[in-house]
Amino acid sequence: MKDEPIIKVRGLRNSFGEQVIHENLDIDVRRGEILGVVGGSGTGKSVLMRSIIGLQRPDSGEIEVLGENMIDRSEDEAKNIRRRWGILFQNGALFSTLTVAENVEVPIHEYFPYLKPPLLDEIASYKIAMSGLTPDAGPKYPSELSGGMRKRAGLARALALDPELLFLDEPTAGLDPIAAAAFDELIKSLHGRLELTVFLITHDLDTLHTICDRVAVLADKKVVAVGTIPELMSLDHPWIQEYFNGPRGRAAAVSHEEPVKA
Amino acid sequence: MPDKDQITPDARHSQGTGPAGDGAAVYRIAGALTIIRAATTAREIDALSDPLTIDLSGITKMDTVGAWIIYRTVRDRGAKVVGASSAEASLLEQVAEADRPVKVHPDSPGGLIRVLDELGIWVSELGKTFVGLLGFLGATLVGFANLIRRPKRFRINAIVQRFDVVGVRALGIIGLMSFLIGVVVGQQGAVQLEQFGAEIYTINLIGRITIRELGTLMTAIMVAGRSGSAFAAQIGTMKITEEIDAMRTIGVSPVEALVIPRMLATVVMMPLLAFYAMVMSLLGGGIFVWLVIDIPPLTYVQRLQEVVPITDLWIGLIKAPVFGFIIALAGCFQGMLVQGNSEEVGMRTTNAVVQSIFLVIVLDAVFAVFFSSIGWR
Repeated sequence: MKDEPIIKVRGLRNSFGEQVIHENLDIDVRRGEILGVVGGSGTGKSVLMRSIIGLQRPDSGEIEVLGENMIDRSEDEAKNIRRRWGILFQNGALFSTLTVAENVEVPIHEYFPYLKPPLLDEIASYKIAMSGLTPDAGPKYPSELSGGMRKRAGLARALALDPELLFLDEPTAGLDPIAAAAFDELIKSLHGRLELTVFLITHDLDTLHTICDRVAVLADKKVVAVGTIPELMSLDHPWIQEYFNGPRGRAAAVSHEEPVKA
Repeated sequence: MPDKDQITPDARHSQGTGPAGDGAAVYRIAGALTIIRAATTAREIDALSDPLTIDLSGITKMDTVGAWIIYRTVRDRGAKVVGASSAEASLLEQVAEADRPVKVHPDSPGGLIRVLDELGIWVSELGKTFVGLLGFLGATLVGFANLIRRPKRFRINAIVQRFDVVGVRALGIIGLMSFLIGVVVGQQGAVQLEQFGAEIYTINLIGRITIRELGTLMTAIMVAGRSGSAFAAQIGTMKITEEIDAMRTIGVSPVEALVIPRMLATVVMMPLLAFYAMVMSLLGGGIFVWLVIDIPPLTYVQRLQEVVPITDLWIGLIKAPVFGFIIALAGCFQGMLVQGNSEEVGMRTTNAVVQSIFLVIVLDAVFAVFFSSIGWR
């Protein structure tokens, strides 16, 4: 049971009209790992995430999350799975008419309506602090927050129910390097302490080196390779070589003291 | 409680006195201490007296909410925690780190001060809106003046497209609405005038009221609902997505690119739509009187020519562009005022429609008095 992947995708096909995004795509996410997903723009990283979490109905294929089939589930059945995951969207996707604290309380209130305000507020406040937001962020509205703070608020909401599985869509995009490094640290420490499995879409090479256990590469409409970064670098797929052995890839590898192929 | 210290197989927790017999309460938890049990656990702990010892040795799973409840008991009541595994201790440590005075709710004053506060905000908003509207009117006029001086900057495509959206696409709904208004006016008039044997005057009623008042007024209300709201929502959304800021930085004036085409479209389209609405109302009324009170179409047209002065048509058509201007002004102005979130777009859109319909009706009354006093009765 422990070895059973927490996310299992087989033969996934997604298309928008004529344009095929995924064709026969397979991917496994193991329990307890941080899986980085990389790929050029337009290779369908976000679409893959949306298919897994049920926002995009695939043309064909099987998707299992936490051992449950995800395709064509009734809303009631899907709710039980949704309670066990948290999702951070690219731009935070905070509810703009609610304050940060209220945003965090939304999922808690939805699933545990009998939790009363004092405890609910305490839970929201430590989630906000845990996500690295400043203490005065609670009563602010999303439009009053900077991009980095919005991401953290989104993370606080994603963590509201102590999920087993966390989806992060480009969490460090648009953050300054210090904030991005802090965010990486945050994810890493939460991952260590909360036994999280993380599905992480990113372009950030530093993030890949710092926190990812394995990296999946999306290219040619499927996952062309999954493995640790040294494993990937030994493959001779042109895009992977370009990505990890390009100037930025080398710089990131050097700073994380990993072997660079000459 | 006879078996104080014993955990029965189905019990999730138990209470008892400590082994030292010093009277300290012991709270033992077994199984999962997660958000699912959070409310119960918090209540049970609150019911116990100090000094309290919490025994976590029987826990199989704990999440941050469980850890928080334990942590705050330790913090507030000095409870002792025993039997925590390293993972649980680390979780407790983590929530302890996250215990900072985070503000959850905005400060809000109560009672009278709050009422005064809101009243003050409302008054100052009203003032600012009025000043803002004047400023916006000025900016629009300057924009028009610039365009007249440099006609090459005239965005003919944008304007034609607005003509289509505001005018041509409204033909169906305005036509149907006006036709029905003609029928209703005819029907109501006929019922009342029949009592005096004066059904023939139904034609006077239909002709004068639709041409002088209803054609233009109802068209204005429909355009406000259809296009005024769309202007506010479009421009408001563009404000939120920073498109308007992008335009400014590129050097495109938002007034020239967004406001003037919309304003020209409503100002030009309103008289045309109003005229069309008058014709459709007359048609509806004509068909009604033909079918129900047996007045043949030819008589209807002749009678209309006799009783409806041409000034009625002028009144209707003079009002139309003014109403169009007001609708576009309110719509674009409210759209430009949007800042912040999507709720604001909805609120501003509502404001745009309410304001423009209100202003249209106020102006209609002013026009009615004015035209009567210059002898266009």
